[in-house]
Amino acid sequence: MVIEDLVEIAEKERAGGKKTIIRCCMAASCMSSRSEAVKAGLEKAVKDAGLSDQVEVRGVGCMRLCCQGPLVGVEPGNILYQKVEPEDAASLVASTQGAPTDVERGDPEQPFFKKQLSIVLSNSGVVDPERIESYIGADGYKALHSVLFEMTPKELIDHIIASGLRGRGGAGYPTGLKWATVAKTPSAQKYVVCNGDEGDPGAFMDRSVLESDPHSVLEGMAIAGYAVGANQGFIYVRAEYPLAIKRLQIAIRQARQIGLIGSGIFESPFHFTVDIRIGAGAYVCGEETALMASIEGKRGTPRPRPPFPAESGLWNSPTLINNVETFANIAPIVRKGADWYASIGTAKSKGTKVFALAGKIENTGLIEVPMGTTLRQIVEEMGGGAPGGASIKAVQTGGPSGGCIPANELDTPVDYESLTRLGSIMGSGGMIVMDESTRMPEVARYFMEFCMDESCGKCIPCRAGTAQMHHLLDRIVKRQGTARDLATLEELCDMVARTSLCGLGQNAPNPVRSTLRYFRNEYLALLAPGSNGQLAREEQTANSH
Amino acid sequence: MAAKTLNINGKQVSADEGATILEAAIEAGIKIPTLCHLDGVYDAGACRLCLVEVTGVNKLLSACTTRIAEGMEVHTDTEQLRKYRRMTLELLFAERNHTCSACVSNGHCELQALAWQNGMDHVRYDYCFPRWSVDASHPRYGLDHNRCILCTRCVRVCWHIEGAGTKNVAGRGAKSFIIDDLAQPWGDSETCTSCGKCVIACPTGALFTRGSTVAEMERDPSKLAFIVNARERKQWVV
Repeated sequence: MVIEDLVEIAEKERAGGKKTIIRCCMAASCMSSRSEAVKAGLEKAVKDAGLSDQVEVRGVGCMRLCCQGPLVGVEPGNILYQKVEPEDAASLVASTQGAPTDVERGDPEQPFFKKQLSIVLSNSGVVDPERIESYIGADGYKALHSVLFEMTPKELIDHIIASGLRGRGGAGYPTGLKWATVAKTPSAQKYVVCNGDEGDPGAFMDRSVLESDPHSVLEGMAIAGYAVGANQGFIYVRAEYPLAIKRLQIAIRQARQIGLIGSGIFESPFHFTVDIRIGAGAYVCGEETALMASIEGKRGTPRPRPPFPAESGLWNSPTLINNVETFANIAPIVRKGADWYASIGTAKSKGTKVFALAGKIENTGLIEVPMGTTLRQIVEEMGGGAPGGASIKAVQTGGPSGGCIPANELDTPVDYESLTRLGSIMGSGGMIVMDESTRMPEVARYFMEFCMDESCGKCIPCRAGTAQMHHLLDRIVKRQGTARDLATLEELCDMVARTSLCGLGQNAPNPVRSTLRYFRNEYLALLAPGSNGQLAREEQTANSH
Repeated sequence: MAAKTLNINGKQVSADEGATILEAAIEAGIKIPTLCHLDGVYDAGACRLCLVEVTGVNKLLSACTTRIAEGMEVHTDTEQLRKYRRMTLELLFAERNHTCSACVSNGHCELQALAWQNGMDHVRYDYCFPRWSVDASHPRYGLDHNRCILCTRCVRVCWHIEGAGTKNVAGRGAKSFIIDDLAQPWGDSETCTSCGKCVIACPTGALFTRGSTVAEMERDPSKLAFIVNARERKQWVV
């Protein structure tokens, strides 16, 4: 494979395009509502109508508006059909030839789509994730070629630093700095790891990226491998994502077949292979040290840092570990330039962020917005607010490690620092909207139960502390708690956050703390009358003033 | 190996480069409470009792896994740390069924000693009273899960000193427990060499020699460090 071969594949792919393209969403959400049958129906209808040389039916990745799936898009014309049934196929195909159709139309001009800015998701819903040619046709692997032949690893890292990209796994560590640390650590063997163990309840960004555009992640990893001097990559995907795993396997095989992964990439001395490791269902394996233990075949438990993976990671070698979305940002940054990327977003948070909108919201689905977009724009304009005109009470970001942001803070711009200031975190991008019917102590209890179940059991504060906190929350929710229970709960929140070994335990109290911060009266109202009842009422009165 | 100087609780201390804060403290005669640490095997940093404050570092660091640095300023006994240690111990006592008065290790138990040293006179949390079994299938030793604190000393000793790899941890969270081989009865284990190192390593009465009754279990974990030292440094005169 040399650059001419790549250009030839891209040109052939673009020239081979038929007059009309019917895109059918083949990501997990639409597939769960029979989009596979829709696609088969469309293919048959095209054949039956004798339009095979004019109309292409293309299985594509996520088309964003998951709640209206299966989604089908028709080009030219930018027409969107939603809730398509397999029986609609013939009518839909006929419509491409000018016939009227009564298949439900979606509005591609609505704010949900118009306010999005696609970088990570630019190929999602456009290219066929199961054909590498489709990705190459969309400028795929050009970035990898250009870094191999036009940039030194140092220049590449400086480029990533200049872009201002920060880790999309949640903590927001500057990506370029992490790369530089791994690059500077001397070692004969280094590794690149992609963290695809997305486990937050309500989060499906990484799954969508892997299902919709697996090659963008592979290309990002290969570029990272060149930057830090690694020849082996691992993608760690949770077993609950079988479609993502299947598409990754296809992508790796296809990339290997044409020499874009393996030895002598683009006939350069650069060698990079990628293997998939499948998680066994433990949430804690999303924590980087636990993830690496799991890749090594050990029990997936975290270990204290330092040493950080950049210094001593997989099999004690320096290891670069980034999230799926972070890697998917790399090729666009290389192709379009660091300045372009740095021009998007806020002063400290650059680029875009993908969010999974879920919960009590009209438009459930996947969005990608520039950093600095306010929560109100996301939830009310794009998300269409809560169903049935109910008022929004809070937005939960960051999953079990995050917090609930109350409705009166919705004008907060989405960036790492602002969300942290509110007692939540950016997290990996799950956004769960709660309406007025949601009872916050129950939300806190739910997340605490999640953390209790998912604690690995290694350190005492997380293992025993989450169990005690859950017990206390359960008592409070059942109206059996006292003011003393609440005080014990708050004391434990502080202790578990400060003393736990890894991020799971350190952040487990966040949902409790943030709901206590903004919705304390709901807790106080639940306290049982009795010996401490007087105290509770006094606190409640003091709070309401 | 170069030495480094640091400050622990206001006292100037020197220690070998590469030493942990815990090692430096022990050398200087400063006591830091530990539970999962065991001389001779690598540290897990799991019990969180040895957490210390280091000036300029936002997070609390486990003394057993943090390497010293030149000029480091460490505080091992602040009011905050004492409070957290007590809470950690209370959480442990509430977690499983620790009944000292009926325990083989009564009077010789590290957990009991730590509770006493740290002024734990009551437990503010509800006892969980979980149902755990006792594995008495091994002819010489027994494992009482009710008294286990999951410090994994036995696991580390089994893998890294004896090299048998019999003991392990299964399950997760509060439901995790020590297993033998593939969660078989200990007596059925084909890998166990019956060396008894795990029993010596256990800080509580969870692992015991069969036939011992209340307060009869005494152990000397320094034997384990002695073996490792003799093996690795060829030093056996102590």
